[in-house]
Amino acid sequence: MSMPFGYASPEQIMRDRAEYARKGIARGRSVVVMQYADGILFVAPNPSKALHKISEIYDRIGFAAVGRYNEFESLRLAGIRYADINGYTFNRTDVTGRGLANLYAQQLGMIFTDSIKALEVEIVVAEVGDTAQDDQIFRLTFDGSVFDEQGMAVIGGQAEAVAGRLKERYSEGLELPQALDAALSALTEPGGERPPAGQLEVAVLDRGREHRKFLRLAGPRLERLLESAAAPTETPAAPESGEGAPPAPETGPPIAPDGDIDTGSAG
Amino acid sequence: MASQPAWMNSLFTHTGSSSFTEFLGAHAPNLLPTRAETLAAPVGDQIPHATTIVAATCAGGVVMAGDRRATSGNMISQRDMEKVFRADDYSCMGIAGTASTGIEVARLFRVELEHYEKTEGRSLSTEGKAHRLATMIRGNLAMAMQGLVVVPLFAAYDPAADSGRIFSYDVGGGPYEQHDFHSIGSGSIFARGALKKLYRPGASPQDTVLACLQSLYDAADDDSATGGPDVTRKIWPVVAVITADGFRRLPDEEVGEFVQSLLEARMTDPDGPTAPLR
Repeated sequence: MSMPFGYASPEQIMRDRAEYARKGIARGRSVVVMQYADGILFVAPNPSKALHKISEIYDRIGFAAVGRYNEFESLRLAGIRYADINGYTFNRTDVTGRGLANLYAQQLGMIFTDSIKALEVEIVVAEVGDTAQDDQIFRLTFDGSVFDEQGMAVIGGQAEAVAGRLKERYSEGLELPQALDAALSALTEPGGERPPAGQLEVAVLDRGREHRKFLRLAGPRLERLLESAAAPTETPAAPESGEGAPPAPETGPPIAPDGDIDTGSAG
Repeated sequence: MASQPAWMNSLFTHTGSSSFTEFLGAHAPNLLPTRAETLAAPVGDQIPHATTIVAATCAGGVVMAGDRRATSGNMISQRDMEKVFRADDYSCMGIAGTASTGIEVARLFRVELEHYEKTEGRSLSTEGKAHRLATMIRGNLAMAMQGLVVVPLFAAYDPAADSGRIFSYDVGGGPYEQHDFHSIGSGSIFARGALKKLYRPGASPQDTVLACLQSLYDAADDDSATGGPDVTRKIWPVVAVITADGFRRLPDEEVGEFVQSLLEARMTDPDGPTAPLR
């Protein structure tokens, strides 16, 4: 009856691993991926210009991730290799988001069960189709579970709270400025201040583009977009930035135990 | 997992350079366009060959044009072949020689440039692109010796220099940077001679397109393997213009208008425009 020294039940091990990974992922800020009229929009608060959370994988496929930078970066590179080698072996149209999501799910699941430490990442693989009905958004968690999301997905940080705020504003077929506005108000805590253009990483998979659908929005283009996004909601936004409400010192969600892990990407 | 190809295992562990070709060579060498086996007998004459490509720099960019004919020995194997390929937003390549290998090289080159751009988050420099193409051509040297020669011409808009640049190659690789204009393929001697007289430094893209089409016409005039404009089938040369706005392949209607004006002038003057003697 006596247990060997240092024994932990498999359930306990899995629970501990999952909790460890969840903590790491909740430390950063959320990333929003959502459909809009012409494709799929990615929005991530990210002060770094070089360390991206959002990336192009292939002609129609985009990638977004939260968590440890080095871990999701190696997943991103593997995804690019997978897509390029498949597109080169067969044809460019034969690379699918579903295939990529399965590859990631296998790898994440294998690491979750086999390694001491699960990957502290949560990722989204999104594929833009010829019509809005053909768009696909897959969300993958650290244990390899795949979720086929409808219309929008939020990963990392206080994901549930952000998703709740996004649901209130989200509707099908939003134009790009309105979609960006919805994403930003979801990413901003009530009473908080919206991150400026320099603190944002924004990209779209635009089905109207030729060849490669992925387009990063930055610089003047993003600023113009932010202006037109803010314009219709000027009135509710104005009092928040005024002196009446106590200024929110921290725009991001509360940070769990002192965050010395998430160095590169999360701000 | 057992049914997966071997390269699947390398997707996550490969930490080499950002070159797609190197990844392919290490993990799936059978997919490379260049082959290690040698042939029992040279087959060069029996395999379709792509012929003449011309390129010339213009104001703010570069123009590339290629005829549409592919030949196998004395046979015309295709009338509407495409041999000018978009490589990325700011570059393109044309091929002369063995068509099948050339098409594969063009396809791999496109993935190579894109792969680097996606993994590194920036585009390769123009020289970097030219060097990568040289390595691919060098890899085909053994087959070139067996008759499967393929030689590309690479043209790019260089954002750093804000001008067009042209690089040529031989079977052993390269690159050799060419200034102003260059041509490759069986009709290249005639095309280059014509282009030498028609090329104007700093001319507009439209004028340079016309100069390239004139030189292709002259090549088709004297070289049996180069196809002239096919008026009955409305098959015109492929013309690409690359400027700061990116790569643009001229639509057939637009090229058709250039060709019509060219043909009308040649009705009265079959040898085409003449350059001033003094």
